[in-house]
Amino acid sequence: MSQSRHVVIIGNGIAGVTFARHLRKKDQNASITIISGESAYFFSRTALMYVFMGHMKFEHTQPYANDFWEKNRIELKQAWVESVDFSAKKLVLKEGEAITYDQLVLATGSKPNKIGWLGQDLEGVQGLYSKQDLELMERNTEGVERAVVVGGGLIGIEMAEMLAYKKIPVTFLVRESGFWDIVLPKEESELVGRHILEHHVDLRLETELEEILPDSSGRVRAVRTKSGEEIPCQFVGLTIGVKPNVEFLRNSGLELGSGVKVDRFFRTNIPDVFAIGDCAEFHESPAEGRKRIEQVWYTGRMHGETLAYNFINKPVPYQPGVWFNSAKFFDIEYQTYGTVPPKWDDQTLKSFYWEHAGGKVAFRMLMENTGKVLGVNNLGFRLRHEFFDQAIREKWDGVKVISLLEQGNFDPEFFAPYYLEIQKAFKKQFGGDFQPSKKSFIQKLLGARV
Amino acid sequence: MTGVQKIGVIFFLVGLVVFTVLPFVGTYTLTEDLVRSNTKEIHQDKMTEILAPLYGEKFSSNFSFLSAFGEHFDTYNDGLKSQQLWDQVIWDDYSFALAKAALESPVRDYPWYFLGLSIGLAVLGGLLYAFPLYSQEPEGIKNNGIFHSKLMNRGWMGIAAGTYLILFYILLYWFPAYLVNVVTMVDPISTLLNGGPASQWFLYGLIYTLAIIVFGIRMFRKYRGNKYQQLRTASLIFFQTGFAFLIPEILVLLNKPYFDFKNIWPLDYDFFYDYQIETFLSSGGIGMFMLVWGILLILIGVPVFTYFFGKRWYCSWVCGCGGLAETLGDPFRQLSDKSVKAWKYERVIVHSVLVLVVLMTVVTLANYFSGFSFLGNVTNQLHSFYGFAIGSAFAGVVGTGFYPLMGNRVWCRFGCPLAAYLGLVQRFKSRFRITTNGGQCISCGNCSTYCEMGIDVRWYAQRGQNIVRSSCVGCGVCSSVCPRGVLKLENGPEKNRINDLPIIIGNDSIKLNP
Repeated sequence: MSQSRHVVIIGNGIAGVTFARHLRKKDQNASITIISGESAYFFSRTALMYVFMGHMKFEHTQPYANDFWEKNRIELKQAWVESVDFSAKKLVLKEGEAITYDQLVLATGSKPNKIGWLGQDLEGVQGLYSKQDLELMERNTEGVERAVVVGGGLIGIEMAEMLAYKKIPVTFLVRESGFWDIVLPKEESELVGRHILEHHVDLRLETELEEILPDSSGRVRAVRTKSGEEIPCQFVGLTIGVKPNVEFLRNSGLELGSGVKVDRFFRTNIPDVFAIGDCAEFHESPAEGRKRIEQVWYTGRMHGETLAYNFINKPVPYQPGVWFNSAKFFDIEYQTYGTVPPKWDDQTLKSFYWEHAGGKVAFRMLMENTGKVLGVNNLGFRLRHEFFDQAIREKWDGVKVISLLEQGNFDPEFFAPYYLEIQKAFKKQFGGDFQPSKKSFIQKLLGARV
Repeated sequence: MTGVQKIGVIFFLVGLVVFTVLPFVGTYTLTEDLVRSNTKEIHQDKMTEILAPLYGEKFSSNFSFLSAFGEHFDTYNDGLKSQQLWDQVIWDDYSFALAKAALESPVRDYPWYFLGLSIGLAVLGGLLYAFPLYSQEPEGIKNNGIFHSKLMNRGWMGIAAGTYLILFYILLYWFPAYLVNVVTMVDPISTLLNGGPASQWFLYGLIYTLAIIVFGIRMFRKYRGNKYQQLRTASLIFFQTGFAFLIPEILVLLNKPYFDFKNIWPLDYDFFYDYQIETFLSSGGIGMFMLVWGILLILIGVPVFTYFFGKRWYCSWVCGCGGLAETLGDPFRQLSDKSVKAWKYERVIVHSVLVLVVLMTVVTLANYFSGFSFLGNVTNQLHSFYGFAIGSAFAGVVGTGFYPLMGNRVWCRFGCPLAAYLGLVQRFKSRFRITTNGGQCISCGNCSTYCEMGIDVRWYAQRGQNIVRSSCVGCGVCSSVCPRGVLKLENGPEKNRINDLPIIIGNDSIKLNP
């Protein structure tokens, strides 16, 4: 590799930026350029909703000060890439400018899915992914009296919360029989569903969108469901997932599936071209139970870390560790560690589920028949990543996990000691030779209750 | 906003307007008797002579009275100063005492009535506003619309609030004579508590305590469901009401020295001033106890408690400045500057103040024990400089007046020498840290945005690194606002407290930072 190779990254999201930072740490000579049309600086996509709701200004979502990039000699270029000429190792920007590279990293992220509904391109109909989508949503929700959100996933509930902030009544259409039930087991899904109703969102389960209806000016005036009901609205949020943002790379010689096809070294079919983050599609699942496209903040980061390592050292295959993820549904935090599918076979797996009487705090642990822990879900309280990473990796017995649960708790000091109730409930259901934790002196003093 | 809350806002504004107008009500008539009974014996003859032209004249406002007073008084003093007759100059400022004595106003005749109409109405309005807050919503963090607010995002309301506070502090510290009407208004409460009439400091202490209580209730509502914030706020209200306000006044009633048992040098910068030490030494057992207690807090209390709990045990659970910042100041916490530049200024300024106060105290004590006249002069100069620049201008005018402009911890962050001392212990010898939960951070920025001390919490969290910073007051708000359960304030073993090269969990391909 030449001393001053030019590494170009398309996309300044978490994957591309993590890659650039780690590469710079290890390689002082490389010339690094990040190209993005979306924003001048890296920002946290997951925080867009907080900008809408006035928790933060857009600047606050930028994890690094503006002079960080110059200090680290990472050149930023705000422009859209029109096409890539892989044989000439050249990018062409929308404005016509050409940029050559020695190595190219595609980290172009995703785009909201649209599945060909009638009226999906009307004014007032949109998804939420990019900074531009946020700005559009700010304009689109002005003076709106009623809104409909389609799709029962993470962005859908975020949009519902954003609209509720503006005091716009929301109808939330979910095709499935429970909120996010392709990921959450029934009880968790119901818990979140109740909380959505508590926030006065009109949640309609098992309701599918048929068509979006225009008014005379070409703006949405209503949606019609499959059952024929017409719901008047001036805004429609389409949140049925995202797909890799790779359309501009079609027919360029790059092997594409839904995303850019890569091996476990993030190599595409073209030498010196790599893909990471949302837009990368592994030929084969990178680890047991993992998807071939991982559209999650954390995996984008890990892709970036690993590829940067591979640019400097003898390349290693991408090997994700114990799965984890988190989200927040209105006021209820959710974390998950390890594997907890929405459904399982009771003959081969054992599930322990505890829910607080208030119906807003829950814990699930899935175990193999032998009792070995596979994964946990927790809602309404916090668990310690390090603890569960170790427990799941080392396949601890469920009894051991529960008996040590106090160590795995990550709730702030003085919070209700839910782990005590969980321990008691587990013991009642599964037995096990352990004593539930004792309340600490402070907990007794303050009369801590669950 | 509910109807009750709207009424609350109206009551608050009416109370505020009445309080603002009251200083300009009433007339002022001075007599020889009043001058005699409100001046020190050595000045009595001179003062009655200087002010003789004013006797019997009815001044229609505090402006005309104080300007006439100033004219005669300054003419006398300036004459002496120009002849360099320094020892005959009257250095005491009698304007406040004489204005208060000369005042004739309905406020003086009906203090309870006007107290109710001003402070009472404002407090009642505040309570009516605070109690129903978020009652229609489920528990959870309520930061909706903060950056769309004209008050909380340096809009015109924020600038107006800041200007009002700054002007109030300037009057309070340097022109209290203009406030005699509102001070007179709280005389009855003062008499109840300490047996004597009120000073401007009594008025200030009363308003300060009420602000912490009313805005403390707002905190209880805002952080509903968050036990850490609830307990912390309750503790702040308790220490302000009991230790900072009631106990010192009751001590005075019992003829003991005025003393705040939770105030610690060097925040309490005059603890070692000669007159303080004389007071302790001349007040028998309780005076001795105060002196020893104060010294024990400095030498043992601060390091031991900070070792076990971090500086939060003081700054965000006990301290009066912290108490106001965490209650009245909470709506403004997001305005603190998070830039590296601000951090650099912070370190230089706050440690300079610490050095200055230590120096001043060493000189003061050396002077106390030696009685050397040169040191005496230096001591006086240092005291008046520190009292003006740090004690009043920095801690008061900037510290609180700038809440709506630069956030609620400007004094604590850039100025407080006790915070600097606590911070050194916290940074280098403590079990406290904010733990980052593995790899769960999504870099959203809520933690950094709402850090009142301007710490870029996210910088650490997104690298999987624990947060160990001398300035952290442990308010716990970063942890409260985190949407992914990433941050936890903890006391634990010192080993691995600072994990400079964290390994972010979840990626088995490589060991980062091995």
